[in-house]
Amino acid sequence: MGKRVGMEVSIAVAEAIGLCNVDVVAAYPITPQTHIVEHLSEMVADGHLDAEFIPVESEHSAMSCCIGSSAAGARTYTSTSAQGYALLSEMCYIASGLRLPIVMNVVNRALSAPISIWNDHSDMMMSRDSGWIQTIAENGQEAVDLTIHAFRVAEDPRVYMPFQVNMDGFILSHMIEPIYMPDKSEVDAYLPSLKPGLRLDPQKPVTFGPVGMPDVYTEAKVAQDAAFRNSKAVILEAWKEFGDKFGRYYKPVETYKAEDAETIIVTMGSLSETAMSAVDHLRDSPDELRMRDGPADLHAGAADRGTLGHPVLFLPGARLDQARRLGEDPRGAHRPLSRALVAANHR
Amino acid sequence: MAKETGIISWKQLNLGVAITTPGNAAELRTGDWRSQRPETDLETCTKCGMCYIFCPDMVYSKNDEGFYIQNYYHCKGCGICAKECPVDAITMVQEEN
Repeated sequence: MGKRVGMEVSIAVAEAIGLCNVDVVAAYPITPQTHIVEHLSEMVADGHLDAEFIPVESEHSAMSCCIGSSAAGARTYTSTSAQGYALLSEMCYIASGLRLPIVMNVVNRALSAPISIWNDHSDMMMSRDSGWIQTIAENGQEAVDLTIHAFRVAEDPRVYMPFQVNMDGFILSHMIEPIYMPDKSEVDAYLPSLKPGLRLDPQKPVTFGPVGMPDVYTEAKVAQDAAFRNSKAVILEAWKEFGDKFGRYYKPVETYKAEDAETIIVTMGSLSETAMSAVDHLRDSPDELRMRDGPADLHAGAADRGTLGHPVLFLPGARLDQARRLGEDPRGAHRPLSRALVAANHR
Repeated sequence: MAKETGIISWKQLNLGVAITTPGNAAELRTGDWRSQRPETDLETCTKCGMCYIFCPDMVYSKNDEGFYIQNYYHCKGCGICAKECPVDAITMVQEEN
């Protein structure tokens, strides 16, 4: 069952990485880096974690190092944030194209400018099409659980793909929360040792990353896309087994009092808990629902709420374009939801 | 990886498009990039081997008589051999098709 501890979420995630028997951690150690790799370096230096810790000169080098390490068959981890993700992102497409099961926490912080070490989803949005499987943590417990889950899915022979676990910067990464830390034996039982599909081995030479002529390129991307789609079943299966073992069940989209709602707030990450409090409050005092900074015609849409015959989506976000992206899937899946209300600066 | 002659299905590709048979770059026919081919006048050739040394694609190999002969499977028609030949024995000839 593990034990319940009060711990800064970044430290807890580092401890979870330790429970996962990683072989290699390669990371850039300076801002916008978080305490995750700082604590991992301490764990390695103090002999609590038998892994190679490679401090590199940039995030670009960090992911390059991870690609080499993972291609050699080592369980590989890194973490980054904001501008660090931006620098590292070029290599992310190589990691996914080569189908390397690297796990990375992205602590979501705003991309400059203005310079900010605080939370928004700029980096996560930038990473959307990189071919990495992604999950987004709502609280410290989820950050720990989803990180362990990430290794299990990434290394599944039906998947072999890199996995990015997002957690909100500062709001999660720098806060102390009550967290159930699993026992090592429980994680060992959940997470089998890595059996790489192909690996760099002088006895059995393999070329990773050769040129793909046009006749191969499209086929390669179809293969990658098919594997990405097929990963959904493995993700759900691994969540089910996680729930059975650890007692905490997860699903791709969670709802709260959405069934009869006139307005639905669509969120990702830690904002979801705040939104649930807002829902409770607005159920009692609906007249306090206020929208600001949305386009004028969408304000008109809000005035129609309750008379449309379907809910209005409310998409909070620091930037309008990012908030709109959040509404693309629900709007695409259910056409009447097309009149989404987008609001900025609601945090 | 694909043979130079055709398309391989995505279902047959190795994980991550890795190459698991070493040394297969030799199978790639780079000769069809060529618009001009080098031809050697054996009457003028002194068998000095400069074409063999300078060729970036290892097109030339020595035959029993000591002449350096082209293998057009890999020759891209770059013309370096013709430029470097000290006795101007190599001529670049336009390919017909």
